Amino acid sequence: MEIVVAKGLVKEYNSFRAVNSIDFIIHRGECFSFLGPNGAGKTSVMRLIHCYMPPTEGLLHVFGLDVRRYASEIKARIGVMPQENNLDPDLSVIENLLVYARYFGIKKKEALKRAKDLLEFVGLSDRAETNVEKLSGGMKRRLVLARALINRPELIILDEPTTGLDPLSRRQVWEMIKREQQRGKTLILTTHYMEEAQHLSDRVAIMDSGRIVAIGTPQELMDKYGGSLEDVYLKLTGKRLIETTGEAIKEAE
Amino acid sequence: MINLKRALSVWHRNFTVYKKLYKSSMVLNFVEPILYLLAFGIGLSYYLREINGIPYIKFIAPGIVASSSAFAAAYECTYGTYVRMHYQKTFDAILATPVSLNDLVLGELLWGATKSLIYGTIIISVISVAGLVDSWMILLTIPLISLSGLLFSEISIIAAATVPGIDSFNYFYTLFMTPLFLFSGIFFPLENLPGIIKDLAFFNPIYHMVEIMRYASIGGEVTVGGDVTVRRVDIINHILWLLIANVTLIILPFQLMKRRLIK
Repeated sequence: MEIVVAKGLVKEYNSFRAVNSIDFIIHRGECFSFLGPNGAGKTSVMRLIHCYMPPTEGLLHVFGLDVRRYASEIKARIGVMPQENNLDPDLSVIENLLVYARYFGIKKKEALKRAKDLLEFVGLSDRAETNVEKLSGGMKRRLVLARALINRPELIILDEPTTGLDPLSRRQVWEMIKREQQRGKTLILTTHYMEEAQHLSDRVAIMDSGRIVAIGTPQELMDKYGGSLEDVYLKLTGKRLIETTGEAIKEAE
Repeated sequence: MINLKRALSVWHRNFTVYKKLYKSSMVLNFVEPILYLLAFGIGLSYYLREINGIPYIKFIAPGIVASSSAFAAAYECTYGTYVRMHYQKTFDAILATPVSLNDLVLGELLWGATKSLIYGTIIISVISVAGLVDSWMILLTIPLISLSGLLFSEISIIAAATVPGIDSFNYFYTLFMTPLFLFSGIFFPLENLPGIIKDLAFFNPIYHMVEIMRYASIGGEVTVGGDVTVRRVDIINHILWLLIANVTLIILPFQLMKRRLIK
């Protein structure tokens, strides 16, 4: 079953092509990663899939529905963990989940039940009444993940889920993502970290300058281009992932 | 195109935050109108006993309701909206849910109108308790305060969608809102002013609201030496003006926000 189908997908800002005619198919239950340097167009692809903006050209179907026509229907079935933490700073941890549930039209009683379960899942139960501004970076990230799950999404979009986190917090977020994967959810991931891509993904698309330059399982790519996934990336983009990772950490700081 | 339930979920988000913070913001918002009443109403009353047959403090009190409720909506939909959109990225979070941009903008507009309603109603209570209101007709103005609040929300979201940065709102307040406030007929009648100022008042929403509020507060037409100074027929025109202005602008906040946010 195909969850996302893109054919000749283009996104232009003014006359700049951020996404330059790409094709891919994402199947139910797989974790599909977009790997690429800053500005490769990864976030633009994410934003097209969760219907934040319409494509300039090409076909994009999510759950078999056209993103141009069925944005609200598609968004109701997706959970988004954006690159930037956009939690509501005026609200407590649990209020953040309850207010978010309302956007999906989830009834109050049901929302409260889900919120409590999710806080349990991400290990923030004892912080329910804390103001989000008082949380550490890792806790905020886990809360954003919990928020993305409030509507019980079939498809979860993780845009650089662990950028800027310390190794321990990163492992914690990975564990939670893995559990969602085991529950049969479809995941789309963008990342700077080779380790993250290798650890979580079934298939990888390597992007550079708005194009997909290679697509396949990590093993397929390594067999085809030789060396580690890191070497594959270097060969295809001419850039070292370490450098971009360094930039990402600097950005996060 | 617009889903009212989803728009109300955005309204509800703002209401939830307001309930948490109202204690600190509320007091500040009431200090200002009461200061105006004290400074002008009591201070100036020694020199100016009455205007058009109305005691001076009673002349300005209903006008203060009009301006304060307008400013409540304006602050909400300029600074408030801009912070949610640009700094807190609240809009990005909301737009990842089934809520569309149109739902979101409608929720913001309704919330701005609600802020007007809250402040207008409370200031009406305060001036009523202070004995500055003569007629129960003031109660009829409450829905009209929401109408004027909606108009100021529209104008303010148009500003929020077009400013390059948050500091630009200084221009909005200094060059737009403050002149509207000063030349709205709150503190002095506009009819004896030079023609151009009088004519410009026609385009001033606060002026129309001040006339409505004053008429309702006094409880009908006012006659001074055979001249009617506040007329019933004018009030209907003022209400019509507010309605037409609302309808004329309503599409712009939606279009301009779309242009700003969705590239």
